[in-house]
Amino acid sequence: MNVRLIAIAGPPSAGKTAVVKQIIRNLGPAKIAYLKIDVVQAWEDEELAAEFGIPTKKVYSGDMCPDHMGIMVSRDALLWADNLGAEYLLYESAGLCLRCTPYTVNSLGICVLSAVSGTHAPLKMAPMISLADVAVVTKIDLVSQAEKEVFREGIRQVAPEIDIVETNAIQGTGMRYLMQVIEQMKPAESEKDTLRGVPPLGVCTVCIGKKETGWQEHFGVIRPLAAPDNLYRGE
Amino acid sequence: MTQNTSHSIQTLTILPGTTRTGEPENFTEITIRPGDTISIVGPTGSGKTAFINDVEVFAQGDTITRRKILVNGSEPAEDLVRDPAKKPIAMITQNTKCLADLTVEEFLAMHLRSRKMENTGIVDDAIDLANQFTGEKISGCMRMSSLSGGQTRSLFVADAVIISDTPIILLDEVENAGIFKDRVIEILREKHKAIIFVTHDPFVALLTEKRIVMKGGAVEKILTPGDEERDALTRIAKMDADMMILRERIRSGELLSARRIEA
Repeated sequence: MNVRLIAIAGPPSAGKTAVVKQIIRNLGPAKIAYLKIDVVQAWEDEELAAEFGIPTKKVYSGDMCPDHMGIMVSRDALLWADNLGAEYLLYESAGLCLRCTPYTVNSLGICVLSAVSGTHAPLKMAPMISLADVAVVTKIDLVSQAEKEVFREGIRQVAPEIDIVETNAIQGTGMRYLMQVIEQMKPAESEKDTLRGVPPLGVCTVCIGKKETGWQEHFGVIRPLAAPDNLYRGE
Repeated sequence: MTQNTSHSIQTLTILPGTTRTGEPENFTEITIRPGDTISIVGPTGSGKTAFINDVEVFAQGDTITRRKILVNGSEPAEDLVRDPAKKPIAMITQNTKCLADLTVEEFLAMHLRSRKMENTGIVDDAIDLANQFTGEKISGCMRMSSLSGGQTRSLFVADAVIISDTPIILLDEVENAGIFKDRVIEILREKHKAIIFVTHDPFVALLTEKRIVMKGGAVEKILTPGDEERDALTRIAKMDADMMILRERIRSGELLSARRIEA
């Protein structure tokens, strides 16, 4: 294969698509394919196809978790991008519950956070940050030096070693440091890949559509009221 | 180009970029040294904020203006740009709301922690200094998000002096927040900081030694008025003090008849 997977996660309106656009501008559109996974509404694929003329795909997950959907389709998507001759597949997640991450072992995991999202925001989305390679902090032009450093400290509490890139993603300031990381990426050896973390997906029978209330009716992670902690009950 | 690793800043140099129409900018270089005071003036949309943003991010021809920033004559080392503890510049933005869900004391303590500094009374020093810049008293137990614009600005300037302790401080339209701007300039000069103001305020503009005039996204002129404006400054200082008194009188609910303006 000649394609590299860049997985971009982050909460809604953090500026993921603005970061994607800067990556496309820097690498040149000829090398890029783009995949967007969202729940019911997304138009980033159409916007990017119109602006840069790159091949794009969109998958709606509907009632299912969008990251689950992403995990299902990412292998096919890598083959699709490779067949098109793309060097990079940019995969943008929906950014919903922030509990799990679409990063794979062979991908570059980028977590996009907004500098104006509050001091405790990094703690609330800890798994999404701690498993990423780079945290891109957007809207940096809106905050003063002290706020920048305090927000950075919040990220460091969750992921002490993570590479932090601060940017005004609309203007592209600071993006040169993200591009340095991207330019060092090696192509994936094959379309087969593994998730970095275990996402909390399908861990119970509620997730697969069983509607009855009460732990007595379910398998997976269950909890009686009086139990001191969660229990796992296999099939 | 050799990379600069020294953290002591003798000079910061701005190399020209291009105007919005792609013409080269009208200067060879602008050099800033510790203790310099500079104001950036020009109409809205003329490129003032873009200018200080270039300085703040150490642009290397990679911003819209294509300017380049050198530290001690060469391209700055990566850690100088990326590691906040080594970065020699603190920018105070126009944004006067801090969204951190912390008290003033917690916020400053967290900032100290991020710089691996011990709190040996530094938090109190920063709050004390902030209170010299604003008439609305700030205390450590207030929440950051509930501070007024003036309090937020005052605190960030004080933080830049006491905690970040950077040799260069950038202030974007500080006058809008209602802080004691002459006091800010006085203290920053005492501490031998280089200050760059983006400003629409004649008093601030005349308090600085050098004035950069922006137009169409580019530097149009660089003025060094020297003694030429000394008399004007005396008069403007008086006018500014008068305006301050009038402002306070209006704030306190007075009606100002023509006769009573002088009162």
